[in-house]
Amino acid sequence: MTEKFSLNVNGETHSFEADPDMPLLYALRNDLGLNNPHFGCGLAQCGACTVQLDGQPTRSCITPVSAVGDGKITTLAGLGTPDKPHPLQTAYVEEQVPQCGYCINGWIMTAAAFLRDNKKPTDKQIKDALSGLKCRCGTHVAILRAVKRAAAMMG
Amino acid sequence: MNKAITRMERLASFSRRSFVKTSGALVVSIGAPVTFEFARADDAATAAAMSVTVKPALTPDQLSSYIAVNADGTISAFFGKMDMGQGLFVAVGQIVAEELDVPFDRVNVFMGDTATSVNQGGASGSTGLQEGGKQMRVAAAEARRVLVAMAADKLGMPAEQLTVTDGVVHAASDAAKKVSYAELIGGRYFNIHLDWNGKYGNPLYAPGKAQPKDPKTHTIVGQPIKRQDIAPKVFAQQDFCTDIKVPGMVHGRMIRPAIAGAVPVKVDDSSIKDIPSAKAVWNQGFLGVVADSEWDAIKASQQLKVEWSDAKPPFPDRAALYDHIRKTASRRREVEGKQAGNVDDAFKTAARVIAAEYEWPFQSHASMGPACSLVDIKDGHVTCWSGSQKPHFVCAGLAAILQVPEDNVHVIWTPGPGSYGRNDADDAAMDAAVLAKAVGKPVRVQYMRNQGTGWDPKGPASVHQVRAALDASGNVIAYDFLSKAFSRVDVDTNGSKPYDTLAGQMLGANLKSGDGFGIPAESYEFANKRTAWEVIPALLDRASPLRTSHLRDPVGPQIHFASESFMDEVAAALNMDAIEFRLRYVRDPRDIAVIKAAAEKANWQSRPSPRKDQTGDKVSGRGIAYAQRNGTRVAMIAEVDIDRRSGKISVRKFTVAHDCGQIINPDGLRMTIEGNVVQGISRTLWEEVKFDNKNVTSVDWLSYPILDITETPEQIDVVLINHPEIVPSGAGEPSSRPVAAAIANAVFDATGVRIRRVPFAPDYVKAALS
Repeated sequence: MTEKFSLNVNGETHSFEADPDMPLLYALRNDLGLNNPHFGCGLAQCGACTVQLDGQPTRSCITPVSAVGDGKITTLAGLGTPDKPHPLQTAYVEEQVPQCGYCINGWIMTAAAFLRDNKKPTDKQIKDALSGLKCRCGTHVAILRAVKRAAAMMG
Repeated sequence: MNKAITRMERLASFSRRSFVKTSGALVVSIGAPVTFEFARADDAATAAAMSVTVKPALTPDQLSSYIAVNADGTISAFFGKMDMGQGLFVAVGQIVAEELDVPFDRVNVFMGDTATSVNQGGASGSTGLQEGGKQMRVAAAEARRVLVAMAADKLGMPAEQLTVTDGVVHAASDAAKKVSYAELIGGRYFNIHLDWNGKYGNPLYAPGKAQPKDPKTHTIVGQPIKRQDIAPKVFAQQDFCTDIKVPGMVHGRMIRPAIAGAVPVKVDDSSIKDIPSAKAVWNQGFLGVVADSEWDAIKASQQLKVEWSDAKPPFPDRAALYDHIRKTASRRREVEGKQAGNVDDAFKTAARVIAAEYEWPFQSHASMGPACSLVDIKDGHVTCWSGSQKPHFVCAGLAAILQVPEDNVHVIWTPGPGSYGRNDADDAAMDAAVLAKAVGKPVRVQYMRNQGTGWDPKGPASVHQVRAALDASGNVIAYDFLSKAFSRVDVDTNGSKPYDTLAGQMLGANLKSGDGFGIPAESYEFANKRTAWEVIPALLDRASPLRTSHLRDPVGPQIHFASESFMDEVAAALNMDAIEFRLRYVRDPRDIAVIKAAAEKANWQSRPSPRKDQTGDKVSGRGIAYAQRNGTRVAMIAEVDIDRRSGKISVRKFTVAHDCGQIINPDGLRMTIEGNVVQGISRTLWEEVKFDNKNVTSVDWLSYPILDITETPEQIDVVLINHPEIVPSGAGEPSSRPVAAAIANAVFDATGVRIRRVPFAPDYVKAALS
C-alpha cells in the first residue's frame, strides 16, 4: 500500500506516493530524480547513500521514507554549488581526491557535519569521525588531505 | 564547470556506422541512407582528398576514427580505452594536444563508446598509455602532418617552411601567412588511411606517415594538469551508469541460489502477485524479476518463492583450501620467463637449501557499488549503458546472447561504481539484456550488495612453493619458483562470450574455462633459475561464485608476495641487509635505480633483519620489496608498527620509487600510486573471500572488510623517476604488486616472525606471534 509523502530536499518540497517502508534512497533517486546519492550496500555499511537529515549524516539506504517526516534533507548537490562551493568541495577539487567517485557522498556529507561542529580538529579526530566509511579506490590519504584543508578554510 | 562536464560527455548523437566494401571503394552509410564513394587518400594525396564531409567508416585504419577537428577549432579524440578514475583521459588529452600543437583545453577525449571509438582493448593491463596512448600519439601526429600539408596547399608554401602554434599553421618566417586547423578542416573529417597492424584490443596499432615529436620538445606532456571530472563528481553532476534512465524503463533484480550450482526447478509466480507489475523471468538456471519501480523489484526478488534443485554442496572446507590446491592434479603447467642452467642438478650440490611456501586467498573486487547496467532493445537494435572496462567486448557478448548482428549493438561506457578488472559489470550487462528481451522493455539491473561481493568473479587463490640453493660461501646458486593456483582466466577477462558470463553459463552455454597464471617479474640473475606455474580446475565449473578472473594486477600481488618475501628470507638466513642482498643479484639498471631511490628517500639504514633492539608489546619494523610489470619498475618500503598482544599491524608509512618511462602527468601518476598502495594494504591486511561448502559467505563490508581510514598510512612518499626518452609503460597496477611483501618483510623485521599467508588479520598474526 502506498502513502502520500512530502519531503523537503535541498530547500524544495517534493510530493510523491510510495510504500512507507521504502528507503529514502529510492525516493531521492527515482521519485525525486536526484541522481545522487548512490546505492552502495543497502546495509548502512559504506556511506555511498549518505545525506544530512536536519544536519545529521544519515544513511538513506536504511531510512524508511516514512521516518523522515518534515525533517530537512540535504544531499551533496544541496551542500554547495560550483558558484557557492562548500569548503570541502573546494578542497576536494584542489586535492583532486576522488578516483571513481562513487563513495563521495559518505565522506563529504559526514565530514561537513563533523567540521561544522568541530573547529580545528586533530588528525585522529578526523579519522575517527570518518571511520566506517568505505572507499574502494584507496583515496584515503587524499581524503585526509582535503578534510584538513577544508578544516583550515573553516577556521 | 560547464567546460569540465562537456569533456566527459558522450557523443550520443553518433549512430553506429556500418560499411561494406565494394569494388575498390567504400560505401558508407550513416543513419538515413546517405551513400557516396571516395578513393583512399594515402597515395600522392592531394589536399582536397584529405578531408571528406561524411565521416569514413569507424575502422582502425582511418585517422578519423581517432581524431576530429571541429568547426570551432576544438579537437575531439576518440579513445577505445577508458579511465577507471586515475585521470587517464587527461594524460591522453595531453598527448593529443602535444602532437597537434593545440592548447590542452581545446582537446576533448571521448572514451569507450562503441559508436565513436574502435576497440583498443578497454581498460586493461595498465595499457591506457602504454598501448592506448601510443596509438593516440601517432594518430595525433599524423593529423598534424596532414593539416600542415593541407595548409601548404592553401598557402602555396612548402610544408617544411610551416609551423604550428595553438592550432594555427603559419609560415615559420612570417606569422601573418597563416590558416587555422578549423579553417582547413573544421567540421569535416580526415580521409586518411593508417597503417593498421590488423589487430584489435590492446595490441591495436595504426600509425600514419608522421613521426611523433621528440620528447625533448614536449611542453604539454609532463605537466601536472588537473582532472576535469573531479568537480562534476564533487558537485553531484556526474552521471554514473547507475544513474542512466530511459523512457519506459523497468527495474530488474537477479536471484542467485543459496547453494552454488543449484538451479530453479519451480518458480511460484503467485508469490509476488501482490506487487504491482512484478514479474519473474525464468529460463533454465537464469532467474530474475522485473517491476516498474526499483523498490518493487527488490521486494519481488526477496519474496519470490523458488524451489531449487538438490545440488551437492560444491566447495571444500575453507580451512582445507590450500591443501586442496596442493593435492589437486594440475590442469596445465608452464615454465616461463628467462630460465637459466639446470635447477634440479644445482640443488643436488647445495650446501644449504632454503624453502618456503606462501598462500594467498580468493579476493573479491568488492566494488564500491554492485554492478549496474541498462539495456534497451528496439527494432532489433540494442543500446547498453555499462560500467564495464571493456565495452567493445560487451558489444560482442550482447550480440551473441541476443542473437543479433554486432553492428546492431551500441554499448555506451558510463563510469561504474568502481572497477578493478573483470568485475561484475560484464555479468550485469548480459543479465539486463536477457531480462530486456524477455519483457520487451528497457531493463536496468543493479545487483544487491551480497551479489556484488558474493558473486563477482574472484581473484584466484594460490600456493607458491619457493626454494633457493646456497653454496658454502652463501651464494645463491639456484632458484626455483612455482605457483600452483586457480586460473586467472577461468572466465575470460571480458564479456565477449556468453560462456564467460553468469547469464551465458546459466542458460546452458558450453563451457570453455581458460588456463593462465604468471611468474615473478624481476631481474634477479642466478646461475640456475626456474619460474613456473600450474593451474587446477575450478571448484565448480558452471555459474560459480568462486569462478576466477582478473582482479587488479592479476596474480601480481600473489606472486610477488611470495617471491619478494622469499628474497627477504634468504637475506635474513645469510644475515644480510635486505637491499644489499637484492642488489647483489638484481641486474637491470632501472631496477637497481628504483631500489636505491626508495632506500634513499626512506633513509634506509643497512642492517640485517630482524631488529634485535626492541622489547615489549609494541614493536616496529621496515621492509622492502620490488617488482617489474610490463616495463614499469617499482620499489617500495613499508614501515609498520605491530601490537604483539592484539596482532594488529599498523602501516605507518610507505615509500615508493616508481619508473614507468616517460611521465605524462606527474600528479595523476602520484595519485594512481597512492590508490594502488592503499588498496594493496587493504588486500594484504584484511581481504579474504570466505565460503562454506555451499556458497561464498563474505557478502558485505562486515564479512569482507577492507582498510578503514583509521588504518591508513600517515604518509606515502612517492619518488617519480622520469625517463622522457623511454615510451611510457603502465602505472595503473604495478605499484599494487610489491605491497604485501613489503609489509610482510617489515613484520619480520619487527618481530622475527615470518607471515606467509594473506590476509594479515589480527587473529592470524597474533597466533603467528605467540
